[in-house]
Amino acid sequence: MSLADSDRELVVEELGREPTPAEAALFENLWSEHCAYRSSRPLLSAFESEGEQVVVGPGDDAAVVALPTDDTSSADADHASGRADEKEEDVYITMGIESHNHPSYVDPFDGAATGVGGIVRDTLSMGAYPIALADSLYFGAFDREHSKYLLEGVVEGISHYGNCIGVPTVAGSVDFHPDYEGNPLVNVACVGLLTEDRLVTAEAQEPGNKLVLVGNATGRDGLGGASFASEDLAEDAETEDRPAVQVGDPYAEKLLIEANEALIDEDLVESARDLGAAGLGGASSEMVAKGGLGARIELERVHQREPNMSALEILLAESQERMCYEVEPKNVERVREIAEKFDLGCSVIGEVTEGNYVCTFEGETVVDVDAHFLGEGAPMNDLPTEAPAEPETDLPETDLEEAFEAVLSSPNTASKRWVYRQYDHEVGVRTSVPPGDDAAVMAIREAEQGLAISSGAAPNWTSTAPFEGAKAVTLENATNLAAKGATPLAAVDCLNGGNPEKPDVYGGFQAIVDGLAETCADLSVPVVGGNVSLYNDSVAGPIPPTPTLAMVGTKSGYDAPPLSAKPEGDLVLVGDLALERGEFRLGGSEYLAQFDGDDRFPVLPGEPAAFVETLADVADADETLAVHDVSHGGLAVSLAEMVDEDAGLAVSLPDGVDVEGALFHEQPARALVQTADPDAVREAFDGVAPVVELGEGTDDGRLTIDAGDDVLEYDAAAIRENRSVIEDELE
Amino acid sequence: MTVSIIRFGGSNCDRDAERALEHLGIDAEIVWHEDGLPEDTTGIVLPGGFSYGDYLRAGAMAARAPIMEEVREAAREGVPVLGVCNGAQVGCESSLTEGAFTTNESARFQCEPVYVRVERDDTPWTRAYDEGDVLEIPIAHAEGRYEVDDDRLAELEDEDRILFRYCDEDGETTPEANPNGSKHDVAGLVGDRDTVAVLMPHPERVTLPDVGETDGQGVLRGFAYATE
Repeated sequence: MSLADSDRELVVEELGREPTPAEAALFENLWSEHCAYRSSRPLLSAFESEGEQVVVGPGDDAAVVALPTDDTSSADADHASGRADEKEEDVYITMGIESHNHPSYVDPFDGAATGVGGIVRDTLSMGAYPIALADSLYFGAFDREHSKYLLEGVVEGISHYGNCIGVPTVAGSVDFHPDYEGNPLVNVACVGLLTEDRLVTAEAQEPGNKLVLVGNATGRDGLGGASFASEDLAEDAETEDRPAVQVGDPYAEKLLIEANEALIDEDLVESARDLGAAGLGGASSEMVAKGGLGARIELERVHQREPNMSALEILLAESQERMCYEVEPKNVERVREIAEKFDLGCSVIGEVTEGNYVCTFEGETVVDVDAHFLGEGAPMNDLPTEAPAEPETDLPETDLEEAFEAVLSSPNTASKRWVYRQYDHEVGVRTSVPPGDDAAVMAIREAEQGLAISSGAAPNWTSTAPFEGAKAVTLENATNLAAKGATPLAAVDCLNGGNPEKPDVYGGFQAIVDGLAETCADLSVPVVGGNVSLYNDSVAGPIPPTPTLAMVGTKSGYDAPPLSAKPEGDLVLVGDLALERGEFRLGGSEYLAQFDGDDRFPVLPGEPAAFVETLADVADADETLAVHDVSHGGLAVSLAEMVDEDAGLAVSLPDGVDVEGALFHEQPARALVQTADPDAVREAFDGVAPVVELGEGTDDGRLTIDAGDDVLEYDAAAIRENRSVIEDELE
Repeated sequence: MTVSIIRFGGSNCDRDAERALEHLGIDAEIVWHEDGLPEDTTGIVLPGGFSYGDYLRAGAMAARAPIMEEVREAAREGVPVLGVCNGAQVGCESSLTEGAFTTNESARFQCEPVYVRVERDDTPWTRAYDEGDVLEIPIAHAEGRYEVDDDRLAELEDEDRILFRYCDEDGETTPEANPNGSKHDVAGLVGDRDTVAVLMPHPERVTLPDVGETDGQGVLRGFAYATE
């Protein structure tokens, strides 16, 4: 791939001359889809990104959101611990999300590992300390050997990198769908923590300040990664594109985390950006462009690990574990000392200026362009779209028991323990609710807030109905948080699509953007940042449009109701609109994926905010014994997941109901609540959402579902056996 | 009394140990390995993590850092030393304790709660418990399989050096309850003196009551008991 002719013409017009080879390569990478969002940016204005909690919105390395100051509860807590005057600075979190899709196909271990590294450095460059990771992964059908190979490699890569740097991986999702066969997705989100006095942005501040590169030495790895990410995966990508994949060094990243913390402690950083796509050229030019400034960089000053590197290679290599800092001249020596303490390379590569973005190499000027034009000058694409088709209705005939077991043992709904067991999800001693539940909950003691985290999308949903599916993904993530008693605070999205030059693919992509945007707005959840990955297309065809959403919510206190049932207590289902109406739509369900059928997507609640808010309240009520979100696999799977050896559930479906519909439809914004006071739950949801009493807890560790003519009955061991397909296959 | 938590490049449970000790009212500070052991050190934690990225072999590089000579000297003088996870690997690599912790039978990283049985209750690290007590403490490692030659293991057992063994909920040692294939289910052991101990499970992760259970508190309280 090289700079497109039309882009070259624009560049020549702006420069008044032909670009140098280094300039052409810079424009090619920074004007790529991956960096410039040429096809997606026109759509992204749909997102509501503002809110009083939003400190830094989209456009920086990561978003920054203020945690609520819960005056009453924190005053009590302060009083109790006698530390009323310690809480001075506002406490912020950062949120970022990134895709590393193409690299993870070519080299699953290194591709996924460096995806973690990149999003963690985005967190560092805001002055934050990374406290949590969430990974949403998407692969082809699980029974394909290639899918299993990719899953194993990706999980191992995340595990290797995330564990080593000491950042717990606490949430995420794993989905399988045949349309990821030629192009898996690896979406990684990171949450960081800081106080307001530590905030740094990527906006260069002052001409005369030095630009200091800290971290690994620069080699030839990852050359052209940004443009590699902006075209379809070729059939021979696994062998041909390997040089475009970076190799990570988590030990260097851990040193960088600690060095960054020390630099922020001593207030030595004026602005910062991590070196990601398009390497040094990308990071340094974006920093000065944001500040409306320029730079003068001497490329030979960059510390290198390979001999005879050219200017272009130094400028664009995507060697990992590197940060670019703007530092006042008087502080440069101290920055150098800190880098040295942590065994990190450090070079003063140039300075911020008021002029152009200029790079020289051994005395020769190789780049001399306006930084703003380089960063923002890429023309946007106005591509044709084709609206997705409405699915037909074609329902299969199934045997109830067979259907129940097929859905329960599908890798999509099955236990993901094999995955998260490989992630250190407890380092940092903040994890109050670990993976395996609806949402993780972290103790943010600095703000006396519990932070709930949920991340995921649902390829079955969005491939059936992109718009409604994306709305449902939003509701599902919000319901996950509410089920653990948290109120949504903010979200970041990772929008994955196929080749946007195909109108039907682009139409589906537009639909997921609009769906996410609409429901996030309905829930008053600002979308504070995100990432777009297009051209996830291969000879096997485009991926399903995949809107990964990572949403966080807050609650007072760090504990949450468990997912597992208790031996006693009534079980109610809240929010099931289809059950109330007696009319089920199975579109997007795992049931139809298993038995090859089609149907329309479920009707979604019109005013979901009240449901989410009420569920969060009910979850934290004293009488509440257990709460579990109902989503993938429908009521059938959620019921089964609540049962263990210590507690069972005896459930009766309402008389005359369509049993398959009731058990397997996947309308989001539903939850199972086990409670000592069902009347209180009914009252809380009065006028908000339907409440149906389903049954009660038992002490026999069995799930019994009385479905009229049929009775389903499974003990905890049988349920576990059905749900353990992934570990059974991969152990 | 101040417990020094030795931070190597790549340590990542140092802050957790500090928070956990402070919760128990035990003074602790993180010490950068190049700065040397402070004079007033009354206890030493070798924390978990990936010192030197686990390059070469887990714990091998840190074991050869100059500060470890000071740690060994302090240990000989009776200063209590606790190695956790990577710190346990460092402890074995630097001969504070015998044997080695090597690649799990699964060949994968495993982060999960496990049960361990208290084998002795007369060391500072286990004084809070009774012999035979079953504790639930999480592990998080890829290299935690205890290995030592059979004769030496028999001697260690004769000398009553084994502190914790993996077991099931009822305290029975079984192959299923042994998460990593450790020889004779060894999860932790003491060195030449009872004041030196290493273990693979993370007591600091089950100490803070605001995020869960507190079975690990007694292990960390060993620093207080040892200096009483």
